[in-house]
Amino acid sequence: MANFLVWCVWFVAAFACVLSALAVVSFRNPFYSALALIGNLASLAVLYLLLGGEFVAASQVLVYGGAVMVMFLFVIAYLGDRTDESPWTGGPSWQAVGGVLAGAAILVEIVVAIGAKAGGSLSDEAKIGRAFGSPERIGELFLTDHLLAFEVTSIVLLVAAVGGVVLGAHARTADEERAPAGARG
Amino acid sequence: MHGPEVAWYLILASLLFVTGALGVFLRRNPLIILLSVEIMLNGANLALISFARRLGHEDGQVFAIAVMAVAASEVVVGLGLIVALGRRELELDVDKLRTLRG
Repeated sequence: MANFLVWCVWFVAAFACVLSALAVVSFRNPFYSALALIGNLASLAVLYLLLGGEFVAASQVLVYGGAVMVMFLFVIAYLGDRTDESPWTGGPSWQAVGGVLAGAAILVEIVVAIGAKAGGSLSDEAKIGRAFGSPERIGELFLTDHLLAFEVTSIVLLVAAVGGVVLGAHARTADEERAPAGARG
Repeated sequence: MHGPEVAWYLILASLLFVTGALGVFLRRNPLIILLSVEIMLNGANLALISFARRLGHEDGQVFAIAVMAVAASEVVVGLGLIVALGRRELELDVDKLRTLRG
């Protein structure tokens, strides 16, 4: 019975995941795409829970679905709709055909690589305890085995914050340079 | 383990990755390209967490959290670039940004 319930949850989450990913790629308006990506992130968090990643699922919802997507939505709302792109109209161009072929090639590549490397041994899974994926275990690993990765991640975040500020400030000075010219003309 | 085996999660992860890659290949709006890159990163994260479950060790989950931090940084820089484009009143279309072309 428990097995059947887990399969049901898996199917719903996987279906929602693939559908919302396709929606992100195919909507014309980036605002709708960002909303669909929030659905994608939420269904992925359900899958992480099924895999025993409690802390990863929680941080996925908080950091990704919360902070990052709010930033996305703000920027999209700030810029407004200013693209002429009308996808999926007219016949397929050679670029679209090439893109689909490249995507199919990547899929075949992933399947062959994983199948050749781990195909036979994927079904024998390790036994896990109740503490698997808990915040205690993740925090312990971050502060012992993966201390260097932890510190490097903090530097990456710092550099990204500085980069965001620099890019925004640069654009503002360019705006101010042009403003007087616009007033004259 | 109750429910589907790890192989099912890996199939889903590869489908997600390819969907994101198709978005990057086919779309021209830089905002949607960034969102598609997020889908690719999430596909990779799902594969990492599935392998962590398969091996019974949390190393993959730790790596997935590091990937999330890198994704957040990437979004900050990418959105900064897009806002800079928008402030210059350029059209948001990666095919039309050809100043750097030799």
